[in-house]
Amino acid sequence: MNLAFSSDAERRLQELLGRYPNRQAAVIPALHLAVREFGYLSPEAMDLVARRLEVPQSLVLGTATFYTMLHKRPVGRYHIQVCMNVACYLKGSDNLANQLKDRLGIGFGEVTPDGMFSLEGVQCLAACGMAPVIQVNKDYHEDMTPAKVDALLDQLRSAPGGEK
Amino acid sequence: MTMFPTTSQTSPTRGYLLRCGNDEFIDLKRHRELGGHAALRKALAMTPDAVREQVKAANLRGRGGAGFPAGTKWGFLPKDNPKPRYLVINADEGEPGTFKDRYFLDHDPHALLEGVIITAWAIGAHQAYIYVRGEFFRPIERLESAIKELYDAGVIGKTVMGKPFDLDIVVHQGAGAYICGEESALLESIEGKPGRPRMKPPFPAVVGLFGCPTIINNVETMAGVRLILEHGADAFLAMGLPKDGGPKVFGLSGHVKRPGLYEGPMGLSLKKLIFEYGGGTIDDKPIKGVIPGGSSTAVLLPDQLDITMDFEGVKAAGSSLGTASVMVFTEGTCPVAVLLRIARFYAHESCGQCTPCRDGTGWLERIVESIEFGHGRPGDCDLLISAANQIMGNTICALGDAAAIPVISFVQQFRQDFEDHIRLGACPYGNKPEGH
Ligand SMILES: Cc1cc2nc3c(=O)[nH]c(=O)nc-3n(C[C@H](O)[C@H](O)[C@H](O)COP(=O)(O)O)c2cc1C
Ligand code: FES
Repeated sequence: MNLAFSSDAERRLQELLGRYPNRQAAVIPALHLAVREFGYLSPEAMDLVARRLEVPQSLVLGTATFYTMLHKRPVGRYHIQVCMNVACYLKGSDNLANQLKDRLGIGFGEVTPDGMFSLEGVQCLAACGMAPVIQVNKDYHEDMTPAKVDALLDQLRSAPGGEK
Repeated sequence: MTMFPTTSQTSPTRGYLLRCGNDEFIDLKRHRELGGHAALRKALAMTPDAVREQVKAANLRGRGGAGFPAGTKWGFLPKDNPKPRYLVINADEGEPGTFKDRYFLDHDPHALLEGVIITAWAIGAHQAYIYVRGEFFRPIERLESAIKELYDAGVIGKTVMGKPFDLDIVVHQGAGAYICGEESALLESIEGKPGRPRMKPPFPAVVGLFGCPTIINNVETMAGVRLILEHGADAFLAMGLPKDGGPKVFGLSGHVKRPGLYEGPMGLSLKKLIFEYGGGTIDDKPIKGVIPGGSSTAVLLPDQLDITMDFEGVKAAGSSLGTASVMVFTEGTCPVAVLLRIARFYAHESCGQCTPCRDGTGWLERIVESIEFGHGRPGDCDLLISAANQIMGNTICALGDAAAIPVISFVQQFRQDFEDHIRLGACPYGNKPEGH
């Protein structure tokens, strides 16, 4: 299968290339772009980035596998990340993690069968003063409580068209 | 919603760094209403040399954690290197407990950007990269909107406020790797590679981004540069300490009534921060421990809290100011469980390049985990300290030390809790250990 970027993404790629003195420096931005386009980095997507940037495939693979946000597997429409680090731990993040596992019926690193949710335990999200913190896709949800987690899940379930 | 309880009424330096709170955003118009770009105008009327001298005189110590004087670092740039110079801003904000730089990106990007433009002028850089932590999608949108305002207003681009000096500012989004906060790993990451720290020397000021001389500074350091130019070096010194100038943003989290960001002078009393600004502990419980500067700094006991929050002050107590991100935990908290979160973090984030760090951080995690899960063995405390000591000083970058220091300090400060855990085969506080 020959994957291609949308024309929008192509435009963005050209813009990105103008920001750096060489093409290799655009690898991470281009991989971000590919994740946004295709949801995750399949071997074909990484190959596409290597071809478009004219850099070796091995280099793209090496970089893609180093960074946690460059998903190598599909995640849910809503990717829920629970901060498990100290400040959030002190404010009860373990309970929130268990609540999410129970309600979604999945563990960390898993996706619900309908592809709607994935769950991950993550490191400090740099919002410790507002702990405990959960990130859903691009958004932070701060000062979370079990009731707020319930409300958040209900809201996400009823708005399946939400932005990725 | 983000909540930043801004400075307490009693804070003498209210509003220099934290200019807004809660859900506010300072755009270019508001920045100008607040006197924005006055500092930049002053800088552009001076020679770059004179700007560097002023920053040096202000004793601005880097706010990224190590406290290296900014003016001194800028002085390391080679004078006769024909290659372009780069300015790189570290907005990776990864040290657990730290949440100050996001404030600038999310609420007051022009305070940062004005410092960036001044610094670029001072060091002769025509290109600045701001490396922002990957998870900060919304802050990145806001930072980029502020940069666009500057281009549109002709503040940067082909000229800087009409002066024949071209400057481009580009945001580079990280992708989820704490190690990229380490300055040389950050450079590798901008170059499109895995974030593996480089051997030093050469230091980035000599061989940095794309092989060119590069200055790397933290976000809050840039905000400090702006204040130095606006108020003058003497006034900046007066806002802090003679050897450690300026106001500072302090983060407060954990078991306190009012967690958040607070501004105070460099040298603020730690007790004042916790009890006055932070309102004391939840339910007024006694404090069990305080991590003063992010998770890599040594934990302090309740009888060690009579200190000032500045680089020398916290060092005198046997710890470090780090990012001035204070985490408080009260009686009833199990230190083994807290240390496990820290040990897991560094094991997860080791880049794997050097053996003492890659293997050592894994060992530390597994030993703390076995104690937490009730499988600790007599001698584990000494084993932890000796394993940590074998990492200290033996790694390419400071992540190894960052992993070792909390282990050594937790075991030393809370030895009885660790021994009880091992002896009972369970948590003396009745905690149920959690898997990950
Ligand atoms: C493992 C590790 C992680 C770091 N993370 C950060 C970070 O997230 N943000 C930061 O500004 N500095 C971080 N630093 C410090 C940087 O290497 C560097 O000293 C700093 O960005 C210099 O800026 P300053 O002089 O203005 O403080 C880290 C250092 C290490 C060893
Ligand atoms: S510990 Fe959770 S945001 Fe920092």
